[in-house]
Amino acid sequence: MAILVDRDTRLVVQGLTGSEGRFHGLRNREHGTQVVAGVTPGKGGQDVEGIPIFDTVAKAVSDAGANTAMVFVPAPFAADAMYEAVDAGVGTIICITEGVPVHEMLRIHAYVHARGVTLIGPNCPGALSPGQANVGIIPAEIFREGSVGLVSRSGTLTYQIGHELTQLGLGNSTIVGIGGDPVVGSSFVDLLSLFEADSQTEQVVMVGEIGGDEEEKAAAFIEAEMSKPVVAYIAGFTAPPGKTMGHAGAIISGSAGTAQAKKDALEARGIRVGTTPTETAELVAALIRA
Amino acid sequence: MDLHEFQGKELFRRFGIPVSEGRLATSAGEARAAAEELGGQVVVKAQVLVGGRGKAGGIKLADTPADASERAGEILGMDIRGHTVRKVWVERASDIAREYYLSIAFDRSAKQPLFMFTTQGGIDIEEVATSSPDALARLHVDPLEGYHPWHARRLVYQAGVEDPAEQKQIVAIIGKLYEAFVGCEAMLCEINPLVVTTDGEVRALDSKFTVDDNALFRHPEIAEMRDVDAAEPLEALAREKDVTYVKLDGDVGVLGNGAGLTMATVDVVTFVGGRPADFCDLGGGGDAQGVVDALEVITKDHQVRAIFFNIFGGITRCDEVARGILQALEQMTIELPIVVRLDGTNAEEGRRLLRDADGSNLHTEATMLDGARRAVELAAV
Repeated sequence: MAILVDRDTRLVVQGLTGSEGRFHGLRNREHGTQVVAGVTPGKGGQDVEGIPIFDTVAKAVSDAGANTAMVFVPAPFAADAMYEAVDAGVGTIICITEGVPVHEMLRIHAYVHARGVTLIGPNCPGALSPGQANVGIIPAEIFREGSVGLVSRSGTLTYQIGHELTQLGLGNSTIVGIGGDPVVGSSFVDLLSLFEADSQTEQVVMVGEIGGDEEEKAAAFIEAEMSKPVVAYIAGFTAPPGKTMGHAGAIISGSAGTAQAKKDALEARGIRVGTTPTETAELVAALIRA
Repeated sequence: MDLHEFQGKELFRRFGIPVSEGRLATSAGEARAAAEELGGQVVVKAQVLVGGRGKAGGIKLADTPADASERAGEILGMDIRGHTVRKVWVERASDIAREYYLSIAFDRSAKQPLFMFTTQGGIDIEEVATSSPDALARLHVDPLEGYHPWHARRLVYQAGVEDPAEQKQIVAIIGKLYEAFVGCEAMLCEINPLVVTTDGEVRALDSKFTVDDNALFRHPEIAEMRDVDAAEPLEALAREKDVTYVKLDGDVGVLGNGAGLTMATVDVVTFVGGRPADFCDLGGGGDAQGVVDALEVITKDHQVRAIFFNIFGGITRCDEVARGILQALEQMTIELPIVVRLDGTNAEEGRRLLRDADGSNLHTEATMLDGARRAVELAAV
């Protein structure tokens, strides 16, 4: 089963003719993803290694049957690209682009939710269901198919934890990076709820970091709504307040959003929090052996 | 990006929010001239990007131009919680009858803008929120619907403003503050205090203004307001070189690829008993120039005794990263011990390249924990 992306995914890449979009779009196809279209206004009729380019997302949907969009356009154009994908009737949008302004995201968040569209990102590595489909920039080589759902606000930290799981002989149903920005399309709670409903997923790892209160909301959700065990990791215990730690959303504001507060909220509800990425992977392995 | 009071007030003025007339001064002489031009009693206010200026003695009244010059002389050069005062704002003094508080901020949890208004202004708003939450009127704005005047009316009536002339002025200011918030793509616009003068005029006496860094590309006039001198010097250098760097206060220089992994690295260095000197994110790749730029910033910090690279190779393979690090080290001389931990795609090949390289100060480790321990040991030598 897996979540978000699978064998039925028919992907349109917005920005496929750019160097990054092309590189990752083709990698996604190599992994087995059905990359059915690219969109670049003015380049309709061309192709990228056999993938047809259309001028609009609407055309990619009507002519190539796209049902999922990956946004790979520069930040000033990303909001427009997301609105266009929603309007074209795409059900899932994954926005890789970093640097989308917060005010844009406030409007887009309200817009997609009102229309029942799933948005992942922006500023995220995408989603990978090993052996089925890869949409984004996650290095598929280091993951294998299995039962662990993995959801994270970070890229490389997720790869690190996934890699440690692989070395312990464990695999993943789906790996999702929800993005490092203060406002992203889907929250931890949204993804946990998808994993809870997914038949392939048996355990979930949630990788959080400083800033905001999505981990705290997730803790309450896990306690109230989830039957599957969740193990967490939080980055940024030693981050100073008021400083943006790489991700636009990784910032402690006043006394809110600390790693300790998140860890406390999770542990208060019986959710195990690993001290290091290695320990986090070991906690999952112990869960499975138990 | 945080703006100074005088910059925030300039933006308020542009959006039609009443502020007192004032001048910027960088010397006692300029402060004197400013006071002469303004006439009458003035306030001399330190311009620093940190709270608590008043308590620190950074805000003073002056009755005459000579007095203003003297007060400015005292305030300029003062250290307020680690920030040196380089500018003062000289403003015509106000006769204050009442002090209110008004702000609009990006409420991250609700994913909507949030207005807050109370007649108990002039003090710390978090204090009001905990001690008398009923006195604080809060109201979200739907980002798709935007602002409507009823928002302002509800805030004003809920907070208990009774004078009709005052109500009218505050309702107008609330609308203009929303325009400023959206027009400048701010994260926060705060007026504390919003004063009512003895003549019944409502005016913004202070400003706290934070603009979304990701939106600056379409607000060049605000981007220009960045005060480079106010930044930590190493962080300013990093910004110039486009290196993602946050200065910390230890002796182990930390570099990682990706924000999350780098934060985790800083944590692990602390957990094994070390003190990280910085957070430095190399981004996805490990190209030689990026490494050179990052190392130039890190080694300018004279507290640094050892350097710890924590790299996870994904699409950028570890052998490529190792070559990048070696090329970087050919371009610059670093005598400090360097610990490199490589994991992920082609990790063994990467570690072999580093081991074979001729560098007695270069150490390789296979795990994050071992790498952190080694770096902490070497920093202590």
